[in-house]
Amino acid sequence: MEWLVFAPLAAMALATALLVVILRNPIYCALSLVGTFFALSGLYLLLQAQFIAVVQVIVYAGAIMVLFLFVIMLLDVGHEPPPWLRRDAPRLALGIGLVALLLLELAVAIGSKVSHGVRGSYTSELVNAVGNTQLIGRLLFTDFVIPFEITSVILLIAIVGVMVLARR
Amino acid sequence: MPEPAFFVVMVAKIVVVFGLMVLSVAYVTWLERKVIGDIQVRLGPMRVGPHGLLQPFADVIKLMFKEDIVPQAADRAIYFLAPTLALITAFISFAVIPFGDRVRLFGRTIDLVITDVNIGLLYVFGVASLGIYGIVLGGWASNNKYALLGGLRSAAQMISYELSLGLSVVGVVMLSRSLSLVDIVNAQSRAWFIVLQPIGFLIFLICAIAETNRAPFDLPEAETELVAGFHVEYSSMKFAMYFMAEYANMITVSAMATTLFLGGWRGPLLPPVFWFVLKLFLFIFLFIWIRATLPRFRYDQLMRFGWKVLLPVALANTMVTAAFVALR
Repeated sequence: MEWLVFAPLAAMALATALLVVILRNPIYCALSLVGTFFALSGLYLLLQAQFIAVVQVIVYAGAIMVLFLFVIMLLDVGHEPPPWLRRDAPRLALGIGLVALLLLELAVAIGSKVSHGVRGSYTSELVNAVGNTQLIGRLLFTDFVIPFEITSVILLIAIVGVMVLARR
Repeated sequence: MPEPAFFVVMVAKIVVVFGLMVLSVAYVTWLERKVIGDIQVRLGPMRVGPHGLLQPFADVIKLMFKEDIVPQAADRAIYFLAPTLALITAFISFAVIPFGDRVRLFGRTIDLVITDVNIGLLYVFGVASLGIYGIVLGGWASNNKYALLGGLRSAAQMISYELSLGLSVVGVVMLSRSLSLVDIVNAQSRAWFIVLQPIGFLIFLICAIAETNRAPFDLPEAETELVAGFHVEYSSMKFAMYFMAEYANMITVSAMATTLFLGGWRGPLLPPVFWFVLKLFLFIFLFIWIRATLPRFRYDQLMRFGWKVLLPVALANTMVTAAFVALR
């Protein structure tokens, strides 16, 4: 049953991710990326992580990608790729070689019996019993409170930095 | 694996809700013309059917047979995709809104909500944030300066007001301790949240008007400066789809305001579904009334108001509510 949902979502994630790189028109690339985020959000749902799934859509698809589109439209980026993005033989060979290497690494990791998945204490039964959002909230404000606060400070610094740069 | 009857009930609910929603969209356009007509001491549509009651159908037939023009320099794929996207996102958010209490029908207990998901509120926000794409892409794909400017304006406006919109309901979530809209309605069995969260309600209402691009926040389609805004190049059914999306959004936002602040389907004596529809149309009337009364904001006023007034007030409201909930 799970495969019926997983396979199309995974295929969509891969296909749209490829399109982001292959397509020439930057608007189409950005839209493909939105498609990727959607497929990922579906995969999160399959993993019983409803909160992350929806936040993925709200933050990435709904806010960040809209700003990307905004910039692309305002700059009116042409359909001609810039000179440093040309597809010539040496670059293609380099790309294909690197991909082959990565795939090989992945195959070894999956094939070996060393890396087993470890069953943690947060099983889907526990998550469904306590509530998805409630559990994330509790963890953020207990076990992960310091990383959480550091992240917010970093974001604040970025905001202040943007203001300073924009005022120049 | 759920039993087959589950699917039958599910499909029936979807068909009924979708059908009623399309019908409501048609008649909200009629209502708007009638109410505005009344406010401006005119009659509004009178010719087609008694008091113009068949006017929406005449409009549909007219729009279907209009010539469908696609600009030569348009990006065809996205030009076709954009109105569809706007319409789909406008309709699917209704899936998590409860419109009545549990009822017993043919010996089965049926919840009067299409599906109650535990993150229902966030789902609605997620879908709403995707609604921007229909407008931005439509404006860009038309390859027209006015359309592009209209689309970009709307993107900036919707992102700005989405923040305050999200913050305005945090208080409701804290009081009901749930993101499920069914739980939020149940939490209002003693007092509606409009009593406990009056400031949150006001901010929600203002942001909701801005999110649906209605007057006085209808800058994306300010006809005096942008011709018609993002949909200037659209004609025939594609134009109609944008129009339907706007009215469907209005209905969804009214349903959300009802659910979050007015106790949803709760009310004395009369059946729950009736209360829900009554409150929903109260908001729609308010929307129309505001459109007929207030002049449009200027763009810089709109942005300043959103960021320097609404956002701080919404933040303060969240903090006060949090302190109240923590101290209780």
